[in-house]
Formats: sequence, C-alpha cells, structure tokens
Amino acid sequence: MPIRVNGAEVPPPDDARISLLDLLREHLHLTGTKKGCDQGACGACTVLLDGNRVLSCLTLAAQAEGSDVRTIEGLAGDRGGLHLLQQAFIERDGLQCGYCTPGQICSAIAMAEELRRGDPSYVTLDVAAGPPVVTRAEIRERMSGNLCRCGAHNGIVEAIEDMLAETAR
Amino acid sequence: MMPFGYVRATDRADAVARAGSGTRFLGGGTNLVDLLRQNMEQASNLVDVSRLDGSIRESHGGGLLIDASVRNAALAAHPLVRRRYPVLTRALLAGASAQIRNMATVGGNILQRTRCLYFYDVDGARCNKRQPGAGCDAREGFNRYHAILGASDQCVATHPSDMCVALAMLDAVIHLSGPDGERSVPLADFHALPNATPQVETVLKQGELITGVELPPPSDAVTHSEYRKVRDRSSYAFALISVAGGLALADGRVTEVRIALGGVAAKPWRARRAETALVGRAPSRDAILAAIREELVDARPLSGNAFKIGLAERTVTAVLTDLAGARA
Repeated sequence: MPIRVNGAEVPPPDDARISLLDLLREHLHLTGTKKGCDQGACGACTVLLDGNRVLSCLTLAAQAEGSDVRTIEGLAGDRGGLHLLQQAFIERDGLQCGYCTPGQICSAIAMAEELRRGDPSYVTLDVAAGPPVVTRAEIRERMSGNLCRCGAHNGIVEAIEDMLAETAR
Repeated sequence: MMPFGYVRATDRADAVARAGSGTRFLGGGTNLVDLLRQNMEQASNLVDVSRLDGSIRESHGGGLLIDASVRNAALAAHPLVRRRYPVLTRALLAGASAQIRNMATVGGNILQRTRCLYFYDVDGARCNKRQPGAGCDAREGFNRYHAILGASDQCVATHPSDMCVALAMLDAVIHLSGPDGERSVPLADFHALPNATPQVETVLKQGELITGVELPPPSDAVTHSEYRKVRDRSSYAFALISVAGGLALADGRVTEVRIALGGVAAKPWRARRAETALVGRAPSRDAILAAIREELVDARPLSGNAFKIGLAERTVTAVLTDLAGARA
C-alpha cells in the first residue's frame, strides 16, 4: 500500500526500520520536517497523519501505509501562498532560529481542529462540559509537546491566537 | 537497530496466531520504537495491532469496554469517559504530549517500560532490569524520580503511566488473549513489584495480547473524581507524585473513597490502607493526612527522593479536600 505524502503517492520503504521522519527527509527530500531529538521529546518532527498530529520520529514509515501524511511543505494554500499560520508566525516573531517552526505549525493546525471538536486538555476546568474556552493557558498546555529553545513561545502563542481568531470569523 | 519484519494483524486471532519468539506486538510505537532503536529491545518481527478495530462501548453491567487499540487521545475525549470517569480523562491528558497521545494505544500505555535513566543508559550504567544480576546504579545515583514503595535491592524504578494510576483507582480489569485462550486480570494484579526479578514487569505470558480494558460501572466516588500530577515542569513531564482520588459523602462522612498513587512504585499504587482508615470519618484535613500517613508507613525513600513522602501526603490531602469541598 502506498503512503500519500502531501497528496502524492509514494511506495513504503523496503526496510521496516525506517521511520516516517527518515522517509520524508532522506528518501523524499522533504527536509522541512526537522529531526531534533529523534526520541519523542522535542516535537520538531511533528507531521499530520490522517489529520492528527503525530511524531514522525517514533512512527515507522510502514505504519503510515495507506494513510495521508501532510508536512510543512503541504500546508501552503491553493495558490501557493503561505498558510494563514505561517504568515502569523512571521508577523508575531514566532521564531528565532526556526528549527522547531515546522513542527510548531503542524502541531498548532491540528490543535485548532482538536479545539473545534471540543476536546478537553489537562487545564480545562470541567472536562465533562462543552467546548473549552480558548485561553493562553489552554494554548500553552496543548502546545507543550513542541519545545522551542530560542524561547519564542510568546510569539508562537500570539500567532496561534491570530489564526484561531481569523478562522473563527 | 537489528533488522525486523513488519506485518499488520488483520484481527485479534490473526495477531495471536502470529505471536512467536522474537515477535513483538506494536501499538503506537511511542516506547517500543525508541527501545528498538537503542537496541534495548530486539525483535525479528513486529505485528502491528494498532490498526485493529478500536471501540469504546458500554458493557452489559453498565461499565465501559475499551478496546486495546483505542488511542489515548480518543479515550480521553470520549463523552462517556469525560462524564462518568473524569479521573481517567484527567490522567490521560496529564500524560505525555498531544502528539504522543494521538499515537499511543491503551494496550501500549499499560505495557510501557520505566523511564529510569539508568535503564536507558546501555553503555554507561548497570541495570538489573536490563541485565539481571548486573547491579543497580539508580539506588545510589540520581533517584529523584524513583520508588518509595515496594522497591527491592534489585530495582527502584517506577512505572511511568498516568492512565494506569486512574485505572487502578477505577478497579479496571485487563482482558488478554493468548495461545492458551482468553483470560482477565485486575489491573491491580497485572504489574509486578521488582522483588528479586525486576526484569519481570507484568503477569503477561509469552504470546499474550492485551485486547481490552473493562471499567466497572461508575460508583459515586468515581463520578466525583480527580487526577492531580506534580512534576518538575508544568506540562509534558513524568510524575514526581500523582494522585487519582474519588470521594463520596453522606451526612458529612465518607461513604466511599478511592486513592491511587503514581510515581511511587513499579506499579500504580492503590492506597487501600488509607481508604479503609477514612471510611466513616468526616473528611477533615487532619483525618485525610492521618490516613495517607498510615499508607506511607512502609515508605523507604532513597538518597534523593525523601521529599516524595511529604509531597504525596500534601497532594492526597489537597485532592481529597478539594473533592470534599466540592461536595459539601
């Protein structure tokens, strides 16, 4: 079964040991997805698997067979422009070195969908209640799987707030 | 990493039929892939069980049946879990990150291995769990995260799961399927204390697969339950101490109380002694503190984690006091 990466079908690797991250970077040369820790601690390798955010370093490429993978390269709009959130990261200084940025952006796009579904987080006061109120605390908790060593967190949270406000219109 | 084959099981029977020496079942891979990559675990074949049918449904008795392949994120967000077993949603959401919760399965979460740094340091540290008889460098090392209850001379590692602490508090039962048929084991009896064999972590037999978890119908104390986790940073970190608590009162006295502790032992620790001490009492701060102290009488702290005793006392007291306040 092929893997669909940003809409294109690619064959799964012959070697079952190859991670989805290495397939993307080393085989498909989609180097936007970054390898930080390669052990599930930093979130730099976050991609969307069937719309859900996952760590591509701990996903075997074989596990993605038959699935739809979206990476930072696949987020641009139909006309090839930047995604709303990419533009917001620029405007809000949501990065310094940029290494964590593709993971942050993929993660935040999936997070917006989780919020839209009404999924609770650890800081949601009443998990049995309806959709949580979106606060900075909610965003920070939900984005805690993406580390940023430059400390651009305030800009990242603001960029995400901008995207949520824009898409709520 | 040694080469291995990969196959997706078509159903449970297919998965069990494929089990053999050298074969490992693969869930979300959040722990096993890492362990394989570091050569701490070896497999000749991975049988992927993460794509097996995964549903969450009510049992005939009014409880909940959760298939082992359900992802942690899906379980946490399920309306029945949020409404009837809030402690489970809270515990799941306290664990790992959103990405990892999207990947990790319920079965895999139960079987995840300790996060003891010495266990992971293949080249630099001795570990009886990794290599029986080698010795334990955690006992006299950096043991801030290690056990205060139920440890042995051989091993002081803790079980890292938040979900399992809630499952212990909920009297969950684990359903297994293996070459000899099906059986069920209470979660409380599933994980082993280290004793002289720290490499034996569960009662799972060769070739057995966790197929599901069953929760009994929610009691009053379960519907009013909470999970609190204390850690070195406020998110995405393993527990120093965690508490799953539930409380039911009548006429100002405790009719039912449930307490389980995480971060204290090689298994989620159900604090039965403290529960017994509290039933029939008014849930005052002093009564709660006295009860949890009774539980912790056997605590044996290491060089770097004596603080856990006081932290456990205060966290249990805070959780139960809050629950009592909310119900008064």
